[in-house]
Amino acid sequence: MIAVAIHKQLGDFQLDAEFVAPAGVTAIFGRSGSGKTTIVNGLAGLMRPDSGRITVGDTVLFDSAARVNLPPQKRRIGYVFQDARLFPHMTVKRNLTYGGTHDADNVIAVLGLADLLNRMPSGLSGGERQRVALGRALMCDPQILLMDEPLAALDAPRKAEILPYIERLRDEVKIPILYVTHDVSEVARLATTLVVLEAGKVNIAGPVETVLSQPEAVPLLGVRAAGAVITTKIAGRLLDDGLTELSFSGGRLLLPGMLGVLGQTVRLRIPAQDVILSKEAPTGLSALNVLPVVITRIEIGRGPGVAVGLKAGEDQLLARITRRSAQRMGLAVGQKIYAIIKATAVGPEDIGR
Amino acid sequence: MSSLFGPQEWTAIFLSLRVALVATLAALPLAVWIAYVLARKSFPGRQLLNGLVHLPLVLPPVVTGYLLLVVFGQQGPIGGFLQQTFGISFAFRWTGAALAAGIMAFPLMVRAIRLGFEAVDPGLEDAALTLGASRGRVWRSVTLPLVLPGILAGSVLGFAKALGEFGATITFVAAIPGQTQTIPTAIYGLLQVPGSEPAVLRLVIVSVILAMGALLVSEWLARRMARRLGRT
Repeated sequence: MIAVAIHKQLGDFQLDAEFVAPAGVTAIFGRSGSGKTTIVNGLAGLMRPDSGRITVGDTVLFDSAARVNLPPQKRRIGYVFQDARLFPHMTVKRNLTYGGTHDADNVIAVLGLADLLNRMPSGLSGGERQRVALGRALMCDPQILLMDEPLAALDAPRKAEILPYIERLRDEVKIPILYVTHDVSEVARLATTLVVLEAGKVNIAGPVETVLSQPEAVPLLGVRAAGAVITTKIAGRLLDDGLTELSFSGGRLLLPGMLGVLGQTVRLRIPAQDVILSKEAPTGLSALNVLPVVITRIEIGRGPGVAVGLKAGEDQLLARITRRSAQRMGLAVGQKIYAIIKATAVGPEDIGR
Repeated sequence: MSSLFGPQEWTAIFLSLRVALVATLAALPLAVWIAYVLARKSFPGRQLLNGLVHLPLVLPPVVTGYLLLVVFGQQGPIGGFLQQTFGISFAFRWTGAALAAGIMAFPLMVRAIRLGFEAVDPGLEDAALTLGASRGRVWRSVTLPLVLPGILAGSVLGFAKALGEFGATITFVAAIPGQTQTIPTAIYGLLQVPGSEPAVLRLVIVSVILAMGALLVSEWLARRMARRLGRT
C-alpha cells in the first residue's frame, strides 16, 4: 500500500494531495496543470515536497517531520515517463539492463522486446519506445511502478497496441502501479482505484466503479468523459449477428463484436451521455439494451445537464440528460424507470479485461 | 624537410603546438566544470561568474596580458607564491605563453561546452537516477557521453584560439626565440625585418594547415560520435 501526503508551493500553484493507493492500478486523473506529474515526481524523489510523508508498505520514502528523504536512486521505484526517456546513445538491450536484469527473460517476452534488442532508440516507433521504457523500469525490480501518461504521446492504434501489455502487467506482476492519465477510457480499462485531482487537491478518491458512477464526478471528469464502469461476464456469442451477450447483476447487454470467450470477465465503460431514460418499457425501438433501473441520485449541474445515478441490480450506472427532460419526465429519487443503452455506444477503447 | 624551414621557424612551430596543446588540456577540466555549473545550477553570483569567464573575450588582449603580468609575474601575488612554494615560474617562459593562451581560449571553450550541456535533457539524468544509478554513474554513463560532442567542439575552438593568440602572449611573456616565440609572434617579428617575406609566407601556410587540420579532425570525430549516438 502506498500512502501519500504531499504539500508543495510552486509559484502560485499549491499542491495539497493526500491519498492512499492499495494494490492494483491506481489512476491519478486530472486536467493538465492539476498537479499529477508533481505528485509522481514527489514519489520518485525528483521533487522535494515542502512537507508531508510518503510511504510504500513499511518503507518511509519521505517524512518532513522525521527529516527522511531517500534519494531517487535508493527508492526502488520504476518510473515510466511520458516521453520514454530512453538513453539515445545506448542500444535497446543496454537501456533495458541499465538498472538491473531482474526477471529479464520474462519481461522481454511479456513486452515483446526480443526483436528490438540490438536497435537504437532513434529507430523505434513511439509505441516501441514506451514498451522498452516499461521493460527498463521493471528490470530494476521496483517495489512500485509509476506511469506518467505513458500513452499520451501515442496515436490511437499505438495505444491499442500497448494497453494489453499494461493489462497483462497489472494481472501478472503483483506490484502496485500508479498511473497518471487524463483519459477516462484508460482509467476504465486499467484502474482499480481512482484519485481525481483538481487544482492541486484530491477531490474524490475510491474504487473506480464507485467513483465513476457518482453523479458528482461528472463535472470533474468532463461531461463527455463521464460514465460508469461495470464488470460483466460473457454469457453468449451471437455469431450470426456478430454480437456478444454480457451478463451482470443488472441484466444482460448485447454489444457488437466478438469480445472474448464464454465466461471471460469484461470491464465496460458506459458513457453517461449515451444512456437514454424512459418511464415506460419502450417498444418499437432500435436499441437492443433496455435495463430496469432505480434512480438513486439526481445531481443538477451548472449547465443545462443533469447527472442521474442509477442502480441496476447491484451495479451503478450513470446517465446524463438535459434538465428540461428531467423536469418534463418528473424524475425523482427512488423511481423505477428504464435505461436504454445503444449497442454501439460502448466503443472498443472502453472495453477491457 | 628540414631545409624547408630555418631552425628558428621549426622552434616557433613546435613551441606553438606545445603551448596550444598544454593550454587546451589544462583549461579543459575547469572549462567543463564551469560550463556545467553555468548550464545547470542557479546560485547567487551566477551572472558575475558568467561575466568573469567572458572577460578575456571582451577585454583588449593587451590589458589581459598586462593583468597576467601583474598577477602572475615574479613580483605578483600568485606568481610570487608559485615561484617560492613550487618553483613554478611563468614570467618569460613557455609556461607563461600557455597560461596566456589558455586564459584567452577559456571563454570560447566554456561557451561551446555549455551549449553541449544545454542540449542534454536533464530528464535523462532523472531517469537514470530512478533506475538506481549513483550520481557518479549517471555522470559517466549518461551526461558525459552525451555532452562529448560539445566538449570536442570546445577543445578544437580553444586549440585554434590558443594557436593564434598574440596580444596577451606578447605583453605577458614577450617573444623570446626558443622560449616564448610562437608562430604569430614570430610572423610579427619577421615582418619588422626587411626581406623576410619568404619566411613569413612559410609560417602563414603552416598556420593555415594547422587550423584546417584541427577542424578536419574535429569534424571526423564529431561524425563518428554522431553515428555512435544513432543520430545519423
